[in-house]
Amino acid sequence: MITVSSLLDDHWYARYKKISKLNIRSSIYDVTNRCNLRCKGCFFFSSGEDEAAAEEHDLGRWQAFIDDETRRGVNLAILIGGEPTLCLDRVEAFYRRLPTFCATNGLIKVPRERFPDMMVGLSLWGDEEDEKTLRGKDTFKISSANYQGDPHAYYLYTITPRQLGKTEKIIQKIRDVGLKVHMQLLSNDEEVDGFSWQAEELVAVRAEMDTMLDRYPETVISSRYYHEVITTGRMLGRQFGWQECPSVTEPLDRRQPRPKRLTNFIRWSSDLHTMHRCCTSETRDCSTCKDGAAHMSWVMVNKRDHIRTSRDLQNWIEVYEMFAKLYQFIPW
Amino acid sequence: MPQTIDQTIIRIAEIIINELKLEDVTPETFDPDLDLIDEVGIDSMDLATIALVLRDEFGIRIDEDDYPTLTSVRIISHYINDKLNSDE
Repeated sequence: MITVSSLLDDHWYARYKKISKLNIRSSIYDVTNRCNLRCKGCFFFSSGEDEAAAEEHDLGRWQAFIDDETRRGVNLAILIGGEPTLCLDRVEAFYRRLPTFCATNGLIKVPRERFPDMMVGLSLWGDEEDEKTLRGKDTFKISSANYQGDPHAYYLYTITPRQLGKTEKIIQKIRDVGLKVHMQLLSNDEEVDGFSWQAEELVAVRAEMDTMLDRYPETVISSRYYHEVITTGRMLGRQFGWQECPSVTEPLDRRQPRPKRLTNFIRWSSDLHTMHRCCTSETRDCSTCKDGAAHMSWVMVNKRDHIRTSRDLQNWIEVYEMFAKLYQFIPW
Repeated sequence: MPQTIDQTIIRIAEIIINELKLEDVTPETFDPDLDLIDEVGIDSMDLATIALVLRDEFGIRIDEDDYPTLTSVRIISHYINDKLNSDE
């Protein structure tokens, strides 16, 4: 029988032991249906999720709901939206009860006196030109001023096909404001012209992501295996898609055979009752989904399938470490 | 008829081997002290699956809060025997 220690030297085994018992149980919460931007390609609005349920406005109900979530075993609240910082009282209700991650466009600064160590993920969709095309404004200028040097914030850089050959400039900008960056790929839900990935572009962006990781290891939080999986949609010879995705809301999951999946995962709407199908757009074609967290989770829940060779298991460790860093389960 | 701890160990090892489709090991050669998380690499979903089979096999309920403590076949065996004895 192949054991973990038979595949790893002391260095890798020590890394494995730091994450092997973390048992992360995340769920995702739409904090509000409103946003202070309207980005082309934002799945929340393009798939009508902003109208799926009426927003709960009673803070006491939010607090009781979150208490129920902790009893359900959730140990990581991932707050998305709309724009969560429009409702800081709700964000605080999570933060006081659970390890919390807040995704934001960074236009509103999270007050650190209220949220001293909450991890903040700042969305960025490219250079100034792409940001203006897709989001109507260059958010980096504002978000980088708000969060410069913040040890509990990083950029979630959504790479578009138009960013090929230009990512280094972005990574350098982020490094220069003292922040870290995690890269993901745009899923062009609204089919904005010129923003859908072609096969040769995915090959090129994988190479570019690898180069950025090699050149800026202190700034880029990533792994080569993640780049491979997200650009090819393949892992250990399997193809990503509906039948494989781990990030499906558990009570709505009727798939047979049941794939390896995130335990207890639910994506909640802001009415605190309605559940969304999965971690991203309900109207998205799963075969072309590029959601970074779903692909990371796909690797993470398939640990035992990676206990084959030393390289496979090291790949798994690197992806798990990446996730654990991004959500503050282990330090940078 | 009550099982000895050694019989319980062999049966649990057999269940884990079957459920996880482990190769090159038999219930008799499975080290009962091998750390299931750190060495076999099982995760919480594997444990939940195994817990369901153990529930059906032994007629006991394994509390989800106890999963993190069930780190080897020997520990699981004692846990089950203790539960069975406390129910007698």
